[in-house]
Amino acid sequence: MDRRSAIKWMLTAAASVAVMDRAAMAAEGTATAGVGYGTDPDLVKVYKPGDVWPLTFNATQRRSATALCDVIIPADDKSPAASKVGVPDFVDEWISAPYPGHDADKKTVLEGLAWIDAEAQKRFSNDFADLVLKQKSAICDDICSYGKAKPEFKQAAQFFRKFRDLTAGGFYSTPEGMKDIGYVGNVAITTYEGPTPEALKHLGLA
Amino acid sequence: MPHITSSKTQPTYDVIVVGSGAGGGQTAYTLTMEGAKVLMLEAGRNYDPVKETPMFQTNAQAPLRGASTPDKPFGFHDSTVDGGWQVPGEPYTSASSDPAQKFWWWRARMLGGRTNHWGRISLRNGPYDFKPYSRDGLGMDWPLSYEDLAPYYDKTEMLVGIYGTNTGLENTPDSPDGCLLPPPKMRAGELLAQHRAKKLGIPVTHIHRAVLSVKQDADKLPAKIHPKNVKAQRVLAQAMRERQACFWATPCGRGCSIKANYQSTTVHLPPALATGNLDILTDAMVRAVIVDDSGKATGVSYIDRKTKQEYTVKARVVVLAASSAESVRILLNSKSPRFPNGLANSSGLVGKYIMDTVGARLGGQIPALENLPVHNEDGAGGAHVYVPWWLYKEQHAGKLGFARGYHIEFESGRRMPGMGATGGVESLTGGNYGKQFKEDARRYYGSFMGFAGRGEMIPNDDSFCELDPTVKDKWGIPVLRFHWKWSEHETRQAAHMQKTFVEIIESMGGKAGKPDATGAQAIEPGGKIIHEVGGTIMGADPKKSVTNQWCQTWDVKNLFVTDGGAFCSNADKNPTLTIMALAWRSTDYMLEEMRKGNL
Repeated sequence: MDRRSAIKWMLTAAASVAVMDRAAMAAEGTATAGVGYGTDPDLVKVYKPGDVWPLTFNATQRRSATALCDVIIPADDKSPAASKVGVPDFVDEWISAPYPGHDADKKTVLEGLAWIDAEAQKRFSNDFADLVLKQKSAICDDICSYGKAKPEFKQAAQFFRKFRDLTAGGFYSTPEGMKDIGYVGNVAITTYEGPTPEALKHLGLA
Repeated sequence: MPHITSSKTQPTYDVIVVGSGAGGGQTAYTLTMEGAKVLMLEAGRNYDPVKETPMFQTNAQAPLRGASTPDKPFGFHDSTVDGGWQVPGEPYTSASSDPAQKFWWWRARMLGGRTNHWGRISLRNGPYDFKPYSRDGLGMDWPLSYEDLAPYYDKTEMLVGIYGTNTGLENTPDSPDGCLLPPPKMRAGELLAQHRAKKLGIPVTHIHRAVLSVKQDADKLPAKIHPKNVKAQRVLAQAMRERQACFWATPCGRGCSIKANYQSTTVHLPPALATGNLDILTDAMVRAVIVDDSGKATGVSYIDRKTKQEYTVKARVVVLAASSAESVRILLNSKSPRFPNGLANSSGLVGKYIMDTVGARLGGQIPALENLPVHNEDGAGGAHVYVPWWLYKEQHAGKLGFARGYHIEFESGRRMPGMGATGGVESLTGGNYGKQFKEDARRYYGSFMGFAGRGEMIPNDDSFCELDPTVKDKWGIPVLRFHWKWSEHETRQAAHMQKTFVEIIESMGGKAGKPDATGAQAIEPGGKIIHEVGGTIMGADPKKSVTNQWCQTWDVKNLFVTDGGAFCSNADKNPTLTIMALAWRSTDYMLEEMRKGNL
């Protein structure tokens, strides 16, 4: 993906349009009712992973996924690590979903997690989850950029990108993640004031 | 009179209204306020936005962080029930396997229909939009003018509550004082776009949307809307008092439990029910209009979705407002020896000239919006600004290579994060993880803007629907088969949109996505914008149209179509407001004809 198309993709994803297209097109001619949450789920209810369809990870996969989530989003002074807010469970929910596209993501994630453990064994004779951060980083540095990854790491880089998107989507949608990224909406207010004076100044419009 | 079941219907009604969305809701509202006894039939289930709307639910509280699925194409918390471009057990077909010739038909199966989730953009058609043929020789003129409909736009705006501002711009009508509510302030990216696009001669102004930016004036508006009708004034005042002003949170597409935006289920139906003149029967899938030997409509037949039994209900007048294409389907399925080609179809035009809106979009990343000081940009749960079509003169002079205009809608702001929160940041950072990734997420969040063009399509002979000769739905009712084709007027318009979006993004110092110079790739499939209109077009000549200017079918005088089907052009302005105004005007005529004994 070049920069321009990546930007286009990102914007589209932000607006949920591409995902919607894929979902809608995939739906053509296929019956989906009764497989997932159906076309008339309770919208007011609060759901958690595993409520609607069974999860996939075994103990080994969960452990590796948890470790990788926390390499991607570790704790810092603004927010906790991804695993502290349930992101590994969300990744499991995502790859276990009975909707088009999710089975491909399941294959990518499960094969990727197996690869990263094998790579950890190969380099450091240990599971990925048991490595120290420097060792984990040595592996992730080779696969965190699809563009820069060497040919032998391209497939793993694809996995990493998918896993990072899932981790970030899972994380930034939690209350802790929303606070971290600077989303302060979803509260009832009496008047909408528009941008703050500081924001207007930032834009040169003050 | 209330929500009823099949066993509780009255022996006869003044009017049966098929459908409960913008057209059906407005029709039933106007009729019941004037004392007519109405039965409303809705194919979907009963739906109560007050109890069922997920206000404040976060993406993390939904399966898959609320992402789209075939079950919920607009995301988990979207209000749509049993709907989408596919409805299980209720297929439609395409005459062509070419994706460019497919029509995507969006339906909902719920009380209030698509008004529960729509974008709430409420723009008046302008004077040119009713006389497009006279202006450029293409398409068809409406058998009415802007001046004919203007009083109904006024009333509709006052009834449903629409924020916006008057601009004085060409073919973009101003509303009289007292019609519009104050517009919300522009968001950061919208303000920046307004400032920069001005240099390009592109006007960014407040959009009109059906959201109460302040509470309606329940003391004054009812008397303006229903002069001389004291009961209607009382009922409406009460209904207005039950609606709250927007509290600037929760996307409108989820519906609104405080009734701050327009959906038929919170604005049209509660007062209509309060008159005591409305029966609502949900889960009633209408098969056909019934006619007697004289060719007059006597009622409709429907299938009760719960019991799967078929029933007939009777009335003096039948109104179809089932959505443009669904009303076409009912008419074509209403075959009898007298009407072998379907009802109201002596012109052969039922199903012809279906239209959607031309849609194309492009995004960009705006460095000026990076690291923006944190503030709340939820706003009115949808758009605050738009660009009205600004090149009427150049177009009329033949300088653009396409005949009709478009407006531009914006996607911007620091929205509630979901699965797209950081998607593709790799393209900006080269790809990383850890603490740097978290810093980058903060930096780039809210720095992306999308621009969506919404343009006029000219009706053409290749875009129509008919009954599929073999396929039936799970109720045994023959389904629609669609034919679709964009003309060069639309693809060139889409190309112009792409070029304009790049100019706007670059004027903001941003980096645009890759535009499509031909428009053929960028243009969305027909039906994708969900502005389905036409199919029972109105006109001045019974040989060239299905209804007259009153949405009354030429062939069956007690049969009306008050959804978007009567549109004989589809201006860039989103159709819902015009559907409501047109339905109101049609219903006033219907009431007058009933009083005169003509119906």
